[in-house]
This record gives sequence, structure tokens and C-alpha cells, in this order.
Amino acid sequence: MFEQVLFYTFSGLVLFAATMVITVKNPVHAALCLVLAFFSSSGLWLLLEAEFLAITLVLVYVGAVMVLFLFVVMMLDINIAELREGFARYVPVAALVSAVMLGLLSTIVGHANFGINSVQRVVARASDYSNTKALGMSMYTDFIWPFEIASVILLVAIVAAITLTLRKSRQAKSANPSKQVAVKRSDRVRLVKVPSEPQE
Amino acid sequence: MLALADYLIVSAILFCLSVAGIIINRKNVIILLMCIELMLLAVNTNFIAFSRFNDDISGQVFVFFILTVAAAEAAIGLAILVVLFRNKKSINVEDLDSMKG
Repeated sequence: MFEQVLFYTFSGLVLFAATMVITVKNPVHAALCLVLAFFSSSGLWLLLEAEFLAITLVLVYVGAVMVLFLFVVMMLDINIAELREGFARYVPVAALVSAVMLGLLSTIVGHANFGINSVQRVVARASDYSNTKALGMSMYTDFIWPFEIASVILLVAIVAAITLTLRKSRQAKSANPSKQVAVKRSDRVRLVKVPSEPQE
Repeated sequence: MLALADYLIVSAILFCLSVAGIIINRKNVIILLMCIELMLLAVNTNFIAFSRFNDDISGQVFVFFILTVAAAEAAIGLAILVVLFRNKKSINVEDLDSMKG
């Protein structure tokens, strides 16, 4: 019973926050609503006993990605009114498309196929079961190769993000090593014959 | 007692909401990126629900990788957005036609 109360609270919060994200005027408010959506779906994940991922969602998404979003939204000087034009015109289309999609999806994933009487049942965990340990055991044995690829993807993302936004400052002083290596004695040293001062 | 279908329907509604968000906010790139994040969240919730009800940890490993890729995607997307705004002074999708695509 308590589980159901939590489930409906969290899923109501997720859906409310998602609705706010797509309808509010100000992008800053949209980002904050997205934070609420992430928090409440991490509650849903806790109900599903995926503790490690629930904490990761809060730390990585709310702590890093959403802060990045907020930074970018606040740095850009956006004309909201111009971006909002045609908003009302597309609402019926969007409602139609998503209603049709939801109807189709719910015939597949509804209670007929995945209901309480279906094959899938929650297996009770032992009291010493550790979600983090199970995840690590699987990730570092069966999925080690995808794990390495994921780290390469993160490295590529770092390099790409930095090179995209790096701007050469006008006051930056830097040396060009290839020019320094290629320099010859004749470029630097000039021998001058200076006549000595005649003595009185 | 919660069934698998309850979780699946919540994430289906979340996915449809974000599709609707992509359609109605088709000019604002930032909101479009946020809607993509919401879609990934719905997919991740599906993965975790199936993982729990089938008692198979592999679903959660996949969620971990999706989180990684989504973080990389958000970082690169926002970097492109910043560069774009620096050059064009706009994030309206209709102004982004210099490649004539």
C-alpha cells in the first residue's frame, strides 16, 4: 500500500514536471522543472531497487548536466517572444501525435501483457544483496569492452566540447615550438664591427 | 502490489509528452535538448523496470551506458549551441540554414 502511494506520488511529480518543461515560457524555469523530473524519477528508480543508478542520476544529471544547462541558458541572451511564435499553432498537432502514440504504446505495454498476472514477478532480494556490487560484477566482467568504449566516448566529448568553445585570446602569449627549433644562428646573431673610440 | 505495466505506462506517457514538447517547441534549441533528455529518462525507466521484474542486472548496465552517452551528448550539444549563438546571435532553428540542408 505504502509502495503504491510512493509510486503514484513520484510518477505524478514526473509527469507534472515534464508537462511544465514543455510548456513554460522561460527556459530557466524549464531547466528547473527538468531537475524536479530527474529527482522524482530517481525516486521511482529507488522503488525499483536500482539504488546505485538512482544516486547516479541525481549526482550526474542534477549535479552536472543540469547545472551546465542552467549556465548556458543564463549566459545566452535569448529573445523568448520570437522563439515562442507559432507555439499555439502546433499544440493540436502535438496533442494528436502524442495521443495516437500513447494509444498504440499502451496497447502493447498495458496490463493485458505486463499486468499483475503476467509472467514477470518481483523477486524478493536477500537482505545482504548489494545492488552496487551486482552492477559492478556485471560491468567489469561481461561488459568490460562496452565500459572501455564508454570511457573513450567521454574523452572524445571532453576534447570536442573544449575545442569547440576555445577562443584564442588576443593577449595570450604562446611560443611556437617548431619555429623555435628551426631557428638558425644567422637569424639571431648579428656581428657588428664597432670602431673603437680614438684616444685623446 | 505494483505490476510491470504501471512503470511501463508511466514511462510511455513521459515519452509521449517529450515528443509533444519537440513538436510545440520547434524553434528553441535549448528546450529541444531538454526534451531529448526527458526521452532518455523514459527509456531508462523502462530498462530499469524490465531489469527488476526479469531479475537481470544487464538492464541496469545498459542504463549506465545510456547515462554516459547522454552526458556526452549534452556537453557537445551545449558547446555547439554556445558557438552557434556566438556567431549568429540567435538560437532559433529557422535561422540555422547556412548549410542549405
